[in-house]
This record gives sequence, C-alpha cells and structure tokens, in this order.
Amino acid sequence: MKQLLLLLATFLFVAGFTFPSKNTFNTVSKKSKGYQVGDVAADFNLKNIDDKMVSLESIKDVKGYIVVFTCNSCPVSIAYEDRIIDLHKKYAPMGYPIVAINPNDPDLKPDDSFEEMKVRAAEKKFPFMYLFDEGQKVYPKYGATKTPHVFLLDKNRRVKYIGAIDDSRDDSDIKNKYVEVAIAQMEKGENPNPPFTKAMGCSIKDKKVKRKRSKGKRPNLRSPQRPPNKGNGEG
Amino acid sequence: MDTLKYKFSLILLFVFVLFQSCGEKQVAAKVKKPAPVKSPKVEKTVPALSAVYDSYDDLAYLFNHQNDTTYVINFWATWCAPCIAELPYFEYINKTYKDEKVKVVLISLDSKKSIDSKLRPFIQKEKLMSHVVALTDTDYNTWIDKVNPDWDGAIPVTIIYNKEEYEIVKGEFDNYEELNTIVKSYLKI
Repeated sequence: MKQLLLLLATFLFVAGFTFPSKNTFNTVSKKSKGYQVGDVAADFNLKNIDDKMVSLESIKDVKGYIVVFTCNSCPVSIAYEDRIIDLHKKYAPMGYPIVAINPNDPDLKPDDSFEEMKVRAAEKKFPFMYLFDEGQKVYPKYGATKTPHVFLLDKNRRVKYIGAIDDSRDDSDIKNKYVEVAIAQMEKGENPNPPFTKAMGCSIKDKKVKRKRSKGKRPNLRSPQRPPNKGNGEG
Repeated sequence: MDTLKYKFSLILLFVFVLFQSCGEKQVAAKVKKPAPVKSPKVEKTVPALSAVYDSYDDLAYLFNHQNDTTYVINFWATWCAPCIAELPYFEYINKTYKDEKVKVVLISLDSKKSIDSKLRPFIQKEKLMSHVVALTDTDYNTWIDKVNPDWDGAIPVTIIYNKEEYEIVKGEFDNYEELNTIVKSYLKI
C-alpha cells in the first residue's frame, strides 16, 4: 500500500512538472470574453462627471443606448471626440443617447482621472454623460478591449452592434458610418448589418491585464505548400 | 528497511528516466535544425522610412514568407505610448541578431497626414535602424482580421513567425528579455 502511495505521489510530482510547463509554453488563445451581439448587457451604476450616479435604467425615454468606452488620453479617442458629440446631438433626440465610459486606470494614465475627465468634458462641452468605471468592473463585463469601443444596445439592453464608430480615424476619409447605419436599421426593426466591426484603438490601461501570447497556425497563410500544422491551437 | 530503500531507489530511477526522456526529446528537437547559414543581409545604414502602403494587401506578403527567416513584426504608432516604450526592445533584437536570419519589421499605423510631420522626424530622432514601413489603410475592419482574427485592433501587437511556428503577442513587452526569450525559441538557441 505504502509503495502504491509513493508511486502515486511520484507520478503526481512528475506530472506536475511536465504538464503545466507544456501549457504555459503553448498558451492556447481563448475566445474573447464579454458580450456578443444578441446578449443582454448588465446594467451598471457609475459616477458621472456631475458627481451623480448613473445606471442605464435611470436614463428615461430611450429606444437604446450608444455605450462607448473612451477616454481623455488616447489619440484615437481624441480623434473621435467631435464625432461622438455629433452622434449624441443627432441621436439623443431620437432616443439613442451616448453613454461614454472611461475604463482606464488613472494610476497608469493620470490624464484619465475622474478630475481630468471633468476638465476635458468642460473644455469640449460634452453634451453627453461621461462616466468613470471606478475599479474597472464594467468594461471587462462588456468585453471592451480598447478606446474607443462602441456597444449599441436596444432599450432592453440587448446588444445590437459592437465595434467602431466608422471606418476611418481620419474624419476626412470616412466611407462607412457603422453606428449610424446600425441605428437606422434598428429604427426599421432590423438587426444591424454588419453587427460587428473592428478598428484600431488604444488598449485599455489595466494593471490586471497582462500581455497575451498565443501560439498557433498562421491565419493568413495562403501558400499551397503549407507545412503540416503543429496543432498548437487556433491562432 | 532494505526493501524500503530498494523501493525508494526504484522510484528515483523512474523519475530519473522520465526526466531523462524529456531532456532527450528537447535535445533531439534542437539538433534537427541545421546550424543557421550566415548570409550577409542588406543593411540599412541610415534611419529612414522604407515604404508607405495605402492598402494592407500590398504588405500582406510580410506575413506570408516561407523561408528560413524568423520575422518579428510589430504594429505601432508615434502616438501610442506603450508602443514607443517597447520600440528599443525591437531595435535591440534587430541589432543583436543582425547576423542571424531574423527580420524585424515595424509597421507604423500613423495617419497619412502625420507621416511627414511626425513619423519621419520620429524615426530620425530615435535613429530607428529596423525596417520601418507605414500602413495608412484606414479600413481597419477589412484588414485587421487578415492579420489575425484573434486581434481586435488594439496596439501594440506583435507577430512572430518562421515557416514552422507562429504566434501573436497582444499588448506590450515589459522588458527586453521577454521578447528575446521568444525570439531565441524561434532560432532554437
């Protein structure tokens, strides 16, 4: 019996050495967490720049919400500030207000502190609410990864569209106004198409989020002489 | 007592054999690859922007090489603070492995209008000796997935590959050694 236990202990000892080391080397990427189109987003209670707490529920008479994770410091967010203001001016009267949320940790980005949010909002005369994700609890639930990052919700908080405001950081070169198209489609009772877009942005500053390394096959290799895939998981 | 000792040494032997076999495998993997043939690369002698691409498709070839070189490709921009912070690591990789088959490519995502006003002066000021190109294709939704569907568009992001292995690293490196460890694993050194 003792022998068996010892053997078992040895096996566990050895297994403990071999398997995890293999896993840390071949970190298999996971599907991005957070909401997908069609999910119902959780409500939140965050402090607005007027020091009042705001939940989506507390915003009355709406047909939906343009939730946009953005901040003071990111140059892409800054490039989009005027467009976010214009979206609010155009769509809030139709029932789709902008709900801007700053997800960054001010310890890492002092320009994104609550006080600096107030300063920036005053400078730019933000007509929309600008909330602070204190403690960084809301943005991971949504699955926001960068600023700016839009989540268009209907009045039941069902996610209808995720992604970019439009297809160009340069406001002189816009071909597709994704958010405007999505709202127009919602107004017709249709589901937005495209429901999901990608854009360049600044990563959200969070001490808890570490660099992610994922090994895998080359996703864009079109060569006919593709070498046998090593099977390290999807890239 | 003797039997216990005997059993214990048996277990030790068992452990030893297991470790030994692991070790052997690694050695075998290492010797499989022939020693890199050193060939003189075309060296950049002055810091400069090598090319400007208006369309991702024109630089997609950078991700499709099938040769003995290990490619270290980083997306960055002059306005991206964490990108700037890690640029010296890429520069040092470029310098350290200049005689190896390693190619560092820095793809700037600066906007078209800031190429002359910001990007070129930055390259001069920082004396970037790696291969720097600019990509001004703003139709991100179309091309980000072509780089890797796993990438959501946040920068910095780095792709490291050779004809055998591939990986994407999202987010910045905290220090040079983190990047160097990965590069070394591709060079099997």
